[in-house]
Amino acid sequence: MKRTIILSLILLSALFISCSKKSVQTTESGKLKVGLVFDVGGRGDKSFNDAAYRGLEKAKNELGVDFEYIEPGPGADREAALRQFATRPDIKLIFGIGFIFTDEITKMAQEFPNKDFACVDYTYDQTKTIPPNLLALEFKEDEGCFLVGAIAGLTTKTQAVGFVGGMESPLIKKFEKSYEAGVKYVNPECKVFISYAGVTGDAFKNPGKGKELALGQYSQGADIIFHASGVTGLGVFEAARETKKLAIGVDSDQYNEAPGFILTSMIKSVDVAVFDCIRQEKDGKFNGGKAETFGLNSKGVDYIYNDKNNNLISEGTRKRAEEIRELIIAGKIATFLK
Amino acid sequence: MNKVIYSILGPLAAIIIALFIGAIIISLIGKDPVEVYGVLFYGTLGNSYGIGQVLFKATPLIFTGLSVAFAFKAGLFNIGAEGQMIIGGFAAAWTGFTFVTLPWIILIPLTIIAAFVGGALWGFIAGYLKAKYGSHEVINTIMLNFIAAALASYLVNEIYGIPATIHTPEVSGSSFLLRFDAITGLFPGSPFNTSFLAAILCTIIFYFIINRTPFGYQIRTLGLNKNAAEYARMKIKKLVVLSMLISGGIAGIGSINFIFGYKHYYELGFSEGAGYIGIAVALIARNNPFAIIITAFFFGILEYGGLTINTMVPKELVTILQALLIILVITFVRIIDVLKIKFLKSA
Repeated sequence: MKRTIILSLILLSALFISCSKKSVQTTESGKLKVGLVFDVGGRGDKSFNDAAYRGLEKAKNELGVDFEYIEPGPGADREAALRQFATRPDIKLIFGIGFIFTDEITKMAQEFPNKDFACVDYTYDQTKTIPPNLLALEFKEDEGCFLVGAIAGLTTKTQAVGFVGGMESPLIKKFEKSYEAGVKYVNPECKVFISYAGVTGDAFKNPGKGKELALGQYSQGADIIFHASGVTGLGVFEAARETKKLAIGVDSDQYNEAPGFILTSMIKSVDVAVFDCIRQEKDGKFNGGKAETFGLNSKGVDYIYNDKNNNLISEGTRKRAEEIRELIIAGKIATFLK
Repeated sequence: MNKVIYSILGPLAAIIIALFIGAIIISLIGKDPVEVYGVLFYGTLGNSYGIGQVLFKATPLIFTGLSVAFAFKAGLFNIGAEGQMIIGGFAAAWTGFTFVTLPWIILIPLTIIAAFVGGALWGFIAGYLKAKYGSHEVINTIMLNFIAAALASYLVNEIYGIPATIHTPEVSGSSFLLRFDAITGLFPGSPFNTSFLAAILCTIIFYFIINRTPFGYQIRTLGLNKNAAEYARMKIKKLVVLSMLISGGIAGIGSINFIFGYKHYYELGFSEGAGYIGIAVALIARNNPFAIIITAFFFGILEYGGLTINTMVPKELVTILQALLIILVITFVRIIDVLKIKFLKSA
């Protein structure tokens, strides 16, 4: 058997050898080229990763840049994927999408000082400095989640709302806590059901599980569920549609996933952040070594209120939410539940 | 000579057919299969960084392959290498970041023992339930995988984790396993490390125990014919528990590649399904420890190769290619076996 595999490997190699070297790319048009490495959920989550992709497409259309992307698995692939782009002569700017890239992208930025890097949701460690060629893009999700929590708390008729998280992790916990804080701020009596789809990266791509959890919460009396769970959330919307209850989207405006049943969405302008970063790079103004923060004040996070969903949010609720927005921006509300 | 030809025919036919089907799919999505395969080959075997990456990916697969094969030898189906690796890995990482003052000469063996003990404990549970109550090890090991993942998540998120990350604190510097690029300058940039040597050593020990000791003889007897083993007054229950325990322990050590050779902390999801791929590795290698090394290398090419062509084709295509290869290789090896038997009979 050993021999078997050695021989078959040799033959496999022979099969490949004819076509090996010639595939090394040679695009020397002088066009800026960007590489982007997605989070575990990958493209098609209709949410966080797709928002990043929209930023890329916008940059392609409006700035005329080229891009390539990789969707790695968990574990060791993140560094390998970043390195793959960093070693390519034609790629100048490299994105890592997700907090999970923090360590790897820092390391790569140090190893490749003449390439530029940007990381969405970078976990900023006060004790360490960010390399000068790395820009950390941070979002104050807690502000947005607090606000949609308040809207849910004001809108509920059953005095019970729900939260469905993807992978049980510090980042998603942050969503949960600030959402709950928002609900309790406007409606201290309201119950908040909390469920998570799992404990690994796969929990972000399991719509079946999302539906099951959402149906469970709806049957316990919740009439609005906020999800922060990537593709898993598509199952939550399915449950909302079936039971004719409401759901709240995350990261992108998810109204079209279940029209009429999406109360609002907590949006995170990952696309704007990615686009701005590419524009800076193109203009030669890329400025790393620091964290750029996007909150309610800069509309980096927000909730959706437009002519599609304004029949779901009452006038009073809208007014109250806007008041709360001002209070959060003024720093007068703690967005976390102790 | 005939024997050699027969044994290469199966895998070879399988690889060619899988590549051919893959090429059709690649053409259907509008890409050039020759170019995609070219990048796959150049990215994995065409440069030293790629080879290092392949070997890095292969290392845990050697351990999980051996783990599954060890249980197979005793006639047991261990689907739990994944969970055993998770528990072993956490135990080892805990040892590494708790006993920070120990010198490397003590700490490295200690972490490896911890990895073995953690995995062995997880294997023991399934083995004990099988021996004592006859409950099937396949179901129990699958369930234990879920429990292991949840337990590790709890330990990392609630107790030992660093806030806003999914990993534990860094293990003591004296427990690091050196990377080959640091020692020799070969494979620059790839995390290929000395745990590979541990994998080779483990393979040799596996061979020795199974083929050269009375214990190994008993294990093999049990695997080939349980009734015969019982008739020969072998202690079946003890053997079942022991083989699951050792199988789990080997899988546990598989974790050191990532934890001590690469990241230097325990990270949720680090196992990347190596426990499951280990089943395919053991099956294709037919539980031969040395064939496991080569099969693991082959799977390392697939695992890392998927990433190298990811900018050209969607990752789902890579998964399809891997699955096709596994199915076809296993099928063709069987088909050729049947042909061989027919041929020998008629001759």
